[in-house]
Amino acid sequence: MLRVEKRIDASKWMNYVIPIASLFMALIGGAALLGTQGISPLDAYCRIIKAAFGGSYEFSETIVKATPIAISSFAVMLCFSMLIWNIGVEGQAFMGALAAVAAVRYCHSDNQFYMLCTAAAFAIMAGGLWAMIAGFLRSKWNVNEIISTLMLNYIAIRILEYFVYGPWRDPSSLGFPITTRFPPSARLPQLFGSRVHVGIILAVFLAFAAWYILSKTRLGYEIRVIGENPKAARYSGMSYMKNVLVVMFISGAIGGLTGMTEVTGLHGRLQASFAAKYGYTAIIVAWLSHLQPFVILLASVLFGALLVGGEALQIELGLTLSTVEILQGLVLFFVLGGDFFRNYRLKFTWRTDK
Amino acid sequence: MPLVEMKRITKRFSGVVANSNVDFSVEYGEVHALLGENGAGKSTLMNILYGLYHPDSGEIYIDGVKRVFRSPSDAILSGVGMVHQHFMLVETQTVWENMILGMKMPFVLPKKQIIKKIAELSEKYNLKVNPLSNVWQLSIGEQQRAAVLQMLYRNAKVLILDEPTAVLTPQESKELFVTIRNMTALGHSVIFISHKMNEVMNETDRVTVLRKGETAGTVNTKSPDTSQELLSEMMMGRKVSFDINKPKRDLGKVVFDVNSICASNDRGGAALKNISFRIRKSEIFGVAGVAGNGQLELCEAIYGLRVAVSGYVKINEKDLTNASARALMDCGVHYIPADRRSTGMVTALDVKSNSILTDYWIPPISSGNSINWKEAGNQAKSIIEQFNVSTPSVNTAVKNLSGGNLQKLMLGRELSNSPEVLIVMHPTWGLDVSATRYIRERIISASETGTAVLLISEDIEELLALSDRLAIIFKGEFMGIIADPKSMPIEKIGLMMAGTHISEVL
Repeated sequence: MLRVEKRIDASKWMNYVIPIASLFMALIGGAALLGTQGISPLDAYCRIIKAAFGGSYEFSETIVKATPIAISSFAVMLCFSMLIWNIGVEGQAFMGALAAVAAVRYCHSDNQFYMLCTAAAFAIMAGGLWAMIAGFLRSKWNVNEIISTLMLNYIAIRILEYFVYGPWRDPSSLGFPITTRFPPSARLPQLFGSRVHVGIILAVFLAFAAWYILSKTRLGYEIRVIGENPKAARYSGMSYMKNVLVVMFISGAIGGLTGMTEVTGLHGRLQASFAAKYGYTAIIVAWLSHLQPFVILLASVLFGALLVGGEALQIELGLTLSTVEILQGLVLFFVLGGDFFRNYRLKFTWRTDK
Repeated sequence: MPLVEMKRITKRFSGVVANSNVDFSVEYGEVHALLGENGAGKSTLMNILYGLYHPDSGEIYIDGVKRVFRSPSDAILSGVGMVHQHFMLVETQTVWENMILGMKMPFVLPKKQIIKKIAELSEKYNLKVNPLSNVWQLSIGEQQRAAVLQMLYRNAKVLILDEPTAVLTPQESKELFVTIRNMTALGHSVIFISHKMNEVMNETDRVTVLRKGETAGTVNTKSPDTSQELLSEMMMGRKVSFDINKPKRDLGKVVFDVNSICASNDRGGAALKNISFRIRKSEIFGVAGVAGNGQLELCEAIYGLRVAVSGYVKINEKDLTNASARALMDCGVHYIPADRRSTGMVTALDVKSNSILTDYWIPPISSGNSINWKEAGNQAKSIIEQFNVSTPSVNTAVKNLSGGNLQKLMLGRELSNSPEVLIVMHPTWGLDVSATRYIRERIISASETGTAVLLISEDIEELLALSDRLAIIFKGEFMGIIADPKSMPIEKIGLMMAGTHISEVL
């Protein structure tokens, strides 16, 4: 007979074995899914790996996709560490992108460094303040931030669409909802002669910054205490309101930078659907990484690879986008499910009663 | 043939042995006490009998028939019922709805039949509860009666009571023991987990003592050889003295001045009504009362965690009414909350992180915007050393410490700041005898060095042993302040705890 028992202490190696085993299980689940589509799973997985890691161009495309995922994952991670469920990184990225375009339009400069710093500052303020709305509602009136950040996403999307379809539309775009191409001074430098842009450096920097803030600073200590035990935080006199506002601002600012780096680094203009739901993918990545900054970098590359590989499957095998999304969903499902085994174990015993 | 027989029960939790070859049996119609220090394995043994845990080896016989319980519902079907310390009742539902929790019932609940059966059981066992009341409206004593009824409703033959008197007034405890006698007279058996020696001696037939997961022995409480000293020796393997030495101290000026504090509870009702007291330097001021009479609200209102709607709080003549917890700490007021695991500590974090919880913003722990973790480690080590905290290292998660070590760590953390005022609530709740003794001694020695102590407890023995003066709180009001608690007969204190004013008692 099978029994579920609570583990008294989860051993260290479980932290590594379980995610990998979960990933493996997800691949098996995905194989079943692919099988129903009449596709050989092994062939499909080989194609994913080849498309994502098969050469320097392929790998650079994976990194291009991984960059915004990683940056926005740090935004998610900071909030989640404090048990603030910021689902709104997507909207904060939209506001950041919009602000970056505003900077290019209204504070134009031919000095690239100056121009990019202005755009980044605009994006930080826009994303940060946008997130602080939910933070304020949460700390002042205890409004559930899951709902408010999610709703703010829809508002942000509509605001962005208003500008892209309306006043900021490129007159020569033949009706496409895109803005005018940015001048060269407003483009983030690209690296290695590929589409990989400076955003990847920001992502790596953020990993170190997040690690440093959480483990070394007073703010990080407060975030961890509030995240683990809000009652103890109140008892020790930590201000919940102040911390929620600060963390939401930082998180939103990072979200804003996701948008800014995407439009200035990759697209060179703003289009309505520039973000490809990175803000939501980031939630999966942050959770999958157990909020560990350096694991987030790895997981982002993995998800970048899934995206690039997924595109290859769509083109080469004619799979639908939704099938690819189901594959991603399976990864999350199994990883979260696998978490159960960190805290519980199954025990097989013989029936002793007749 | 005994009613319950547990043979050679062994249970390990990832290597730690909680029960090792424990034998335990209960006869028909007896009250059997289970005694032991914290961590001796009492709860584990009873949770095995109630089907919550599964033994690694060993057998359980009920009425001579071997049983294997996979869940509490299996245990109840065999006639084993348990009333936990925190009752397993749904507070928002009525008593009659709670009676049938988890039982197989027709689609439309037979309310009339259920209420009739409750009335019969109430009559038979003298357990008065209104079946139509909501559980949250009941007093703790009534809730306990409902929880006992819940088990009797399921035809429990043997009833396990986990520290049932911890939450009751002396009068309510007396009623409970009458009920227990009623039940044994009707053929039920009762297993009684307790820390209180006098109850074990007076109210039970036999007692089994557990020590470090093993049976230390079973004795008849009525036999002339059995004494409290013998039992504590069995519990700890050595003799301990119960009296605690409290040297005479010179009380100084008034340090802590609380005047006419009023505050509301979480539901908006009045929790505190005009509470006033003054504590002098080196004085220990006790507050006695049954749980839930405003003790927690008092601490919170003083400590900036709850709004005081009127009155003032002064420390050394500085007005700190409704000041933040941090402002109070900065003025030397430190608070040791009752629920050490959920308020006083962040159990998921390590000893080092927890030892700086109430001074991490003060140099040298804080340097600039950062935390000096090396200094934090030193601070943790010095607390561990000075307060005999047993922990593998400063990097061990606090959740792995025992209750006693956790309490020592917290006490050490607050006392190492040599506070002007120490507010301490239920400091020895759930601790074993040696940890209890240690904590009490440290509180006394803190008062000797000049700390004014506000001691809030439900343990009358503790309050009498430590307090210079003793206030009794009932429904948010002081029933009076006793200037010399030791000379006051305990029955009179009991009356005050039940709501009689001191002027009517004297």
